[in-house]
Amino acid sequence: MPPSTPPNQSERREFLKKACCVALGGALGAVPVASGVAFYLDPLLRAGGDSKGVKVRVTTLDALPNDGTPHRFPILASRTDAWTKTPESAIGSVYMMRTADPQKPVKAFSVICPHAGCFVDYVPTLPNYEPAQAGFLCPCHNSTFKITGEIAGTGSPSPRGLDELACTIENGNEVWLQFQNFQAGTSERVPLGS
Amino acid sequence: MIKPLLDWLDHRTGYRKITHEALYENVPGGSRWRYVWGSTLTFALVIQIITGVFLWMAYSPSSQTGWESVYYIQDQMFLGWFVRGLHHFTAQAMIVLLVLHLMQVLIDGAYKAPRELNFFTGLILLLLVLGLSLTGYLLPWDQKGYWATRVVTNLAGIVPIVGDSLRRVVVGGNDFGHQTLTRFFALHAGVLPGGILALIVGHIYLFRRHGITPAEPRMKPDAAFWPDQVLKDAVACLAVLAAVLFLVLYNHGAELGAPADASVPFPAARPEWYFLSIYQFLKYFPGKTEIIGALIIPGMIFGFLFLMPFVGKWKLGHRFNVGFCCSLLVGAVFLSYLAKNEDHHNEHYQLAVEQSDTDAARVRVLAMSPTGIPPAGAVSLLADDPYTQGPRLFAQNCASCHRFGGTDALGSKLDESKELASDLKGFASREWLGGLLNPATVDSPHYFGATKFKDGPMVKFVHEDVKGFTPDQAAKLQKVLAAISAEASLPAQKAADTRDAAIIAEGRQLIKTEITCEDCHQFHEPNPDATAPDLTGYGSTEWLTAFLNDPGHPRFYGPDNDKMPAFGKQKRLNDHDIEMLAKWLRGDWYVPEAKP
Repeated sequence: MPPSTPPNQSERREFLKKACCVALGGALGAVPVASGVAFYLDPLLRAGGDSKGVKVRVTTLDALPNDGTPHRFPILASRTDAWTKTPESAIGSVYMMRTADPQKPVKAFSVICPHAGCFVDYVPTLPNYEPAQAGFLCPCHNSTFKITGEIAGTGSPSPRGLDELACTIENGNEVWLQFQNFQAGTSERVPLGS
Repeated sequence: MIKPLLDWLDHRTGYRKITHEALYENVPGGSRWRYVWGSTLTFALVIQIITGVFLWMAYSPSSQTGWESVYYIQDQMFLGWFVRGLHHFTAQAMIVLLVLHLMQVLIDGAYKAPRELNFFTGLILLLLVLGLSLTGYLLPWDQKGYWATRVVTNLAGIVPIVGDSLRRVVVGGNDFGHQTLTRFFALHAGVLPGGILALIVGHIYLFRRHGITPAEPRMKPDAAFWPDQVLKDAVACLAVLAAVLFLVLYNHGAELGAPADASVPFPAARPEWYFLSIYQFLKYFPGKTEIIGALIIPGMIFGFLFLMPFVGKWKLGHRFNVGFCCSLLVGAVFLSYLAKNEDHHNEHYQLAVEQSDTDAARVRVLAMSPTGIPPAGAVSLLADDPYTQGPRLFAQNCASCHRFGGTDALGSKLDESKELASDLKGFASREWLGGLLNPATVDSPHYFGATKFKDGPMVKFVHEDVKGFTPDQAAKLQKVLAAISAEASLPAQKAADTRDAAIIAEGRQLIKTEITCEDCHQFHEPNPDATAPDLTGYGSTEWLTAFLNDPGHPRFYGPDNDKMPAFGKQKRLNDHDIEMLAKWLRGDWYVPEAKP
């Protein structure tokens, strides 16, 4: 048979057929796509965890130098990573130092730069900063912080100073810390869920 | 507004011509239902690609994370079971659709000249899809996929000359492990789908080049592909999707067995249903003839499929082709039936399937427990679970003499007359001890009846003293039982032990005074005259572990020990297994807290 000319059917009927095709096609595609997208968005449906962080015992008072030099400590805590539960592993780090204040003998800073989330270094001399002093330097975009955690100098790209973490002294000389992470890039401190 | 934009686009892409060609393909004799199979297959493949890519975002191919990530997809992630189920059952549907498509092509003669090349690409596509099934089966890294796939890779090993090298390359080493999964995953998600997409483009191009092979007689005038045939295709796709959705919802997604463990036998291993025929076929090739059933005959059959376009040039040849494929199909169905039927009557297999279901459910309970999955993976969950290991160890090491509720603890009933030592179900519980101190049962085969203690001092005591107890003494004996049973701190008796603390304290005193246990047994204080097992901590994990280690130790039966082997001392069982057995006998295992 030769190729036919479009069959002579009412336009209405043709339109209905085409509309059915489009609707069916949409429905057929929607099932895998919609369920897949919902599945992919699973992290948004999960509770963000405890934004107050976890309380951990970090060290003892005598492990901190008396002159106030910051010391870096790993934070060991149990951790759930998707399906894996790790009983005790490093979940982050903090800088800790002694202070002259007898009410609050230890101060702690998160090592995470509030600018873009890199790991800040302790440096005995802050570069290009007068008067010469020790402080924290971020190796990524050169954010600088004084030993007190405040932003050092107008050139520091960080929107806020280093995030201080609450410490307590318990049982005489144990240093305990409320460990948590904060959102980077904001001038306000916004806690992140664990 | 839109028209100039579309004109602009058309000028640069020529999409209107392509769309027109795609939609207004001539369908000789008008649209028909029998032409839908190719489209349904394309639709199924699209579902597989979409769901596959989403699953890819959560799957982690390694022997320590494969099962774990699939468990996470299945039980933890939102709609994970649904997406995985869709992927799993659409894969099954594809096999059915492939057969239907092939049969339609065959019956309508669409494989004959000038469409040979199209037929060949179709056959290769069939092989690639089977390859997808095969590689996908292993990815969850559960017992079923693991053991079934080992069979397949071992079959690769029997290929002459290159067999062993081929097997090692496929497996990524000598044995299954991380590299097996990374390789299978790359094949499953990269190489095979890539090959399929490339071939499908060629397949559809050739199909369009030669047009539909009309099924005679033509009932209606020719028509365009759009919209009549498209509508029929869409309805058929909807039917496929409905069937798949039914299976997904009915089964709550795809199955996930216990994590693969090379040290745990898995008699329930079977290939997917569409490989059952070849699985059954292999049973008929003993010893060194396996290669005939596994490679030569299937190879020849497939080789013949490639020759069909040439055989089909003759009228009789075409009929032969159709007849050949129909009998092949009937043969495959028959062989699959034989395989199913054999399993149906195989009690051993039924038990294995039951066991595998129990393990699969149990490991997921453990994965969801507060301890969860350790960094080394989920395989230790069942290995360190007394509930799982206890019955196996008991059946293997204890059931030759002991019973557990009349069975070997794995569900096989044992011959009552052959009982040689006590039935240990409920060991150290008040009920169990009650039976031991009951004159009617103490020398039954349930307790000492078939051992050399049948005429021993304990049986004598029960028969002579206990039998003559006044009601007051009998009531005191019950208190003693509660006290001895409390030594075990059985998890199931925790509430009763707490409630009866006063009775237990009284019972402890009675052991030393009126009920003369201490004549033979030691109880909390050193007793040099003791000849029978120590009752201090009787039935506790420590007591049971020590007892299993060496029942002939002076603390227990000493030289009076009957036939009980010293499982630890003689190195018949290691410490881990003894601990599993001891905990299991005590009913001491993880139980999830009931949801409020």
